[in-house]
Amino acid sequence: MHNFEYHRPTSVADAVQSLKGAEDGKILAGGMTLIPTLKQRLAAPSDLIDLGAIAELKGIKDEGGMITIGAATPHAMVAESEVVRRVIPALADLAEGIGDPQVRNRGTIGGSIANSDPAADYPAALVGLDATVQTDRRRIKADDFFKGLFETALEEDEIVTAVSFPKPEKACYAKFPNPASRYAMVGVMVARAGGAVRVAVTGAGPCVFRLPEMEQALSGNFSPDAIKGIEISADGLNSDIHGSAAYRAHLVSVMARRAVTDCA
Amino acid sequence: MAEDMIGASIRRTEDFRFLTGQGHYLDDINRPNQVHAYFLRSPHAHAKIRSIDTAAAQSAPGVVAVFTGADIAADKVGGLICGWVVTDRHGQPHKAPPHPPLAQDTVRYVGDHVAVVIAESVAQARDAAELIEVDYEMLPAVVDTAKALDPDTPQLHADAPGNLCFDWELGDKAAVDAAFAKAHHVTRLDLVNNRLIPNAMEPRAAIGEYDGGADSYTCYSTSQNPHLLRLILCAFVLGVPEHKMRVVAPDVGGGFGSKIFCYAEEVVCTWAAKKVKRPVKWTAERGESFLSDAHGRDHVTHAELAMDESGKFLALKVDTIAGMGAYLSTFATCVPTYLHATLLAGQYATPAIHANVKAVFTNTAPVDAYRGAGRPEATYLIERIVECAARELRIDPAELRRRNFIRPDQFPYQTPVALVYDTGDYEAALDEALKMADYAGFAARKAESTKHGKLRGIGLSAYIEACGIAPSAVVGSLGAGVGLWESGQIRFSPTGTVSIFTGSHSHGQSHETTFAQLISDALGVPMEKIDVVHGDTDRIPFGMGTYGSRSLAVGGSALMRAADKIIEKGKKIAAHLMEASVGDIEYSKGTFRVAGTDRTKSMAEVAFAAYVPHNYPADLEPGLDETAFYDPANFTYPAGVHIAEVEVDPDTGLVDIVNWVAVDDFGKVINPMVVEGQVHGGIAQGIGQALLENCVYDKESGQLVTGSYMDYCMPRADDLPSFKVGMTETPCTHNPIGAKGCGEAGAIAAPPALINAITDAIGIMHMEMPATPEKVWQAIRQTRPAAAAE
Ligand SMILES: Cc1cc2nc3c(=O)[nH]c(=O)nc-3n(C[C@H](O)[C@H](O)[C@H](O)COP(=O)(O)OP(=O)(O)OC[C@H]3O[C@@H](n4cnc5c(N)ncnc54)[C@H](O)[C@@H]3O)c2cc1C
Repeated sequence: MHNFEYHRPTSVADAVQSLKGAEDGKILAGGMTLIPTLKQRLAAPSDLIDLGAIAELKGIKDEGGMITIGAATPHAMVAESEVVRRVIPALADLAEGIGDPQVRNRGTIGGSIANSDPAADYPAALVGLDATVQTDRRRIKADDFFKGLFETALEEDEIVTAVSFPKPEKACYAKFPNPASRYAMVGVMVARAGGAVRVAVTGAGPCVFRLPEMEQALSGNFSPDAIKGIEISADGLNSDIHGSAAYRAHLVSVMARRAVTDCA
Repeated sequence: MAEDMIGASIRRTEDFRFLTGQGHYLDDINRPNQVHAYFLRSPHAHAKIRSIDTAAAQSAPGVVAVFTGADIAADKVGGLICGWVVTDRHGQPHKAPPHPPLAQDTVRYVGDHVAVVIAESVAQARDAAELIEVDYEMLPAVVDTAKALDPDTPQLHADAPGNLCFDWELGDKAAVDAAFAKAHHVTRLDLVNNRLIPNAMEPRAAIGEYDGGADSYTCYSTSQNPHLLRLILCAFVLGVPEHKMRVVAPDVGGGFGSKIFCYAEEVVCTWAAKKVKRPVKWTAERGESFLSDAHGRDHVTHAELAMDESGKFLALKVDTIAGMGAYLSTFATCVPTYLHATLLAGQYATPAIHANVKAVFTNTAPVDAYRGAGRPEATYLIERIVECAARELRIDPAELRRRNFIRPDQFPYQTPVALVYDTGDYEAALDEALKMADYAGFAARKAESTKHGKLRGIGLSAYIEACGIAPSAVVGSLGAGVGLWESGQIRFSPTGTVSIFTGSHSHGQSHETTFAQLISDALGVPMEKIDVVHGDTDRIPFGMGTYGSRSLAVGGSALMRAADKIIEKGKKIAAHLMEASVGDIEYSKGTFRVAGTDRTKSMAEVAFAAYVPHNYPADLEPGLDETAFYDPANFTYPAGVHIAEVEVDPDTGLVDIVNWVAVDDFGKVINPMVVEGQVHGGIAQGIGQALLENCVYDKESGQLVTGSYMDYCMPRADDLPSFKVGMTETPCTHNPIGAKGCGEAGAIAAPPALINAITDAIGIMHMEMPATPEKVWQAIRQTRPAAAAE
């Protein structure tokens, strides 16, 4: 790890200020991705701005028909939240399936989505549940937030402050974990809200994506049979020592069906 | 107290300090005025070093010194050695190319040692290392063991043409050929024993220290065998007299073989300590462990088994290419030879066996002993080919094994591959395992799984291993550079407490409990009055360390011999105190008695008299402190049967292990709980190899693809079933305890049991390890397209 200046602001405004003032500043949330990156000397930021002391960024609210989760809320809090468990159980399940207890107690929703790891779970939740990302300066629909491999719509010095989820009628997340890392080799969030169905896939491609063909089929008939015949193309999917693109494509079908089955 | 010590599941006495964070591991040790070493490692699999410029690093903040291969050469530091010389088919010794602790002009694997920076802090050393400029000339690399011998393959060492280390054989080829000629059926199998990375919980570490006044060194090391390390450091590498070197191996957090060896880092730290006149410390980062700990396995094998009409084995033929990595590690060459081919009889009375092993160099980390060392490779191929034979002949796999077992009345049994098994009862273990696994009920369970769309399979493995390593004369005649006896010392104090000094080393094996239990039983001293001392060459007698499941069978036997000497001397003292003749003294569990009377003296009274000899035999030395060295007469032969049962999800290829039965014959068991723990750990590692773990180098670049836990898949608790552990017992016939050893059994037995179960579930002959979900799914797709397309 190289040396850096450490900041611990107590408000979002101060955090933005620090970030703007730094030569090459980085936000530090749970540090579950950033700290190992620093230790391996793959990044050498001049300043780290720790969100840990900003109270307004931590917590879960049920307001205005939405569940809003502060950016610095750790996964464990989402997994154990009574309101999330009641209103969007799929989200609590997803959070509970991230990493191990240590990671869940440190890692945050903001850090997860800002990182846009192709194998992270939360992107499937945000896109599948049609969530909105709030930042220090604007609101971004989940569909527009994830841009590519480790790439988001965030500007250089923009800070995610919260994520708001509308309440679905039904939603389920089915994950096939990578045997080694336990990140998602394939994770599929299926959600139905107001007659429309969303199917979001993480792990399989460079970035979370939706499956319009499945969404359409499920809008008409919300059952696993409705998507049984839908072939997933392996083109452009990830391929590594743990699974080929063809295998991942197959797993997308299987996990999508399992998610729909679990919704019943 | 004394009555129930042997066979009692006494809680581990070492656990208090480990569980309360009071263990003393190497990184907990900090020496006054110490500096830190950081190794600059090769980023390339194969390259010539045109030049190294260390000027900027030398003048970086906090830097004390920067050394390269040139400094090592200038000081005439010797290379790392291979301590076992294998003689090839033509009577020639193996090729052991130079293995300098810091590369001279060529690097041969990613992670090879290029330079060391010594600085006030690790961070400064690391910062400075980034300033070293190395001009590499890239060379083509070969990382694939199967391809190392190909004609146009890149060459690693000028003195090992064709990348061949040795071409070795064992067994009677003519007899094997004759048996194949008249065989009714031949089963053939190609298989790979996948390369593994050991992953001890504690990474390797070392501190070198030099005392100028005494002209002597101390090397703290995460070693499984401190005296052996001292011997190598002194006699082969640094040229230091042995009495001027102390090696300390404190609490060590797991080794699995990888900490047997002498590595570049401890050599360089010890050498550099004198150069910089300060203690030099190095602790591996996890990434360095992946790159530079000696890896395990890496065999590519073709095997053929010949049988008669009834399925009786007539002969076994094995051709193996064994990867050595880029250089020979300390015991690399004995693993695929004398620890592998000698086990190819398994539990079977196969009359003729021939093995040919070609060891090869590749641009990868050195490969050496890893839990089981050679024996897992032998067991995997035997138990896989026997399983395939059963399927081809349509004989129940348990029945085929039974038909071929060596029978109890055949012991001692001379195998066609050099070993003499002293004792065993293989059918007893099989029967017990079949019962515990409800083998008879499998068909019904399979039908139930089928109903739920799952594929169920069952797999057996009947393993044997040669442990209690090893009779010195035997291993000497086969090329070992050392004897493999063990030492033990029992020292009473005047107040009757006991210090046990053992040459073996505990890094998870529970010596402090088991050895105390053993001696408590023999000498009638309560456990809490016994301390077990190990791991410091200044405190213990010369010892050979811990590996090859040898600690109890060899080290424990040395202690029993020392206990015999204590008792013998105690009888003389007791006889004197009770005014009886020595011949009339009977001894049992801490009490000396004049035969046929109620006159007794306790061990404590005898110990007191020995140290306060006011009333004492005139011709007897005072003190009660005895040392014994024990050289085993033979190997020990733990054996048993494991049965795995799996359910496979055809949609995803995911394997769920639904049942695991292990029935082992370890001979006499001192502490069943400790033994069960060893069995559990071994099975976990075996399941890891079969299902999850795989060391992968990129075929083109030679980069280690599985260089972190993101890609190298270690078994976790929830990957494992609850193990059902059973025991049978045929005591070892040739050591005073009757113990055989249990440390490696699980890792040896598990892989074939699991692959047999998975291939049984899918209905295919073979699948390479690890059986990843994708591989399983692909296999299902090929055998039953309909099921997998679902
Ligand atoms: C062992 C292990 C296992 C894991 N398993 C899983 C898994 O199964 N599934 C899964 O989805 N994830 C997994 N993770 C990832 C983990 O859950 C975290 O979500 C992830 O590491 C990032 O979150 P963090 O809060 O730690 O962010 P940090 O590491 O602190 O930051 C990550 C990046 O996001 C930026 N950032 C952080 N917060 C904000 C913000 N509010 N606004 C703007 N930018 C921000 C940082 O600058 C940095 O670039 C695992 C991680 C580990 C170490």
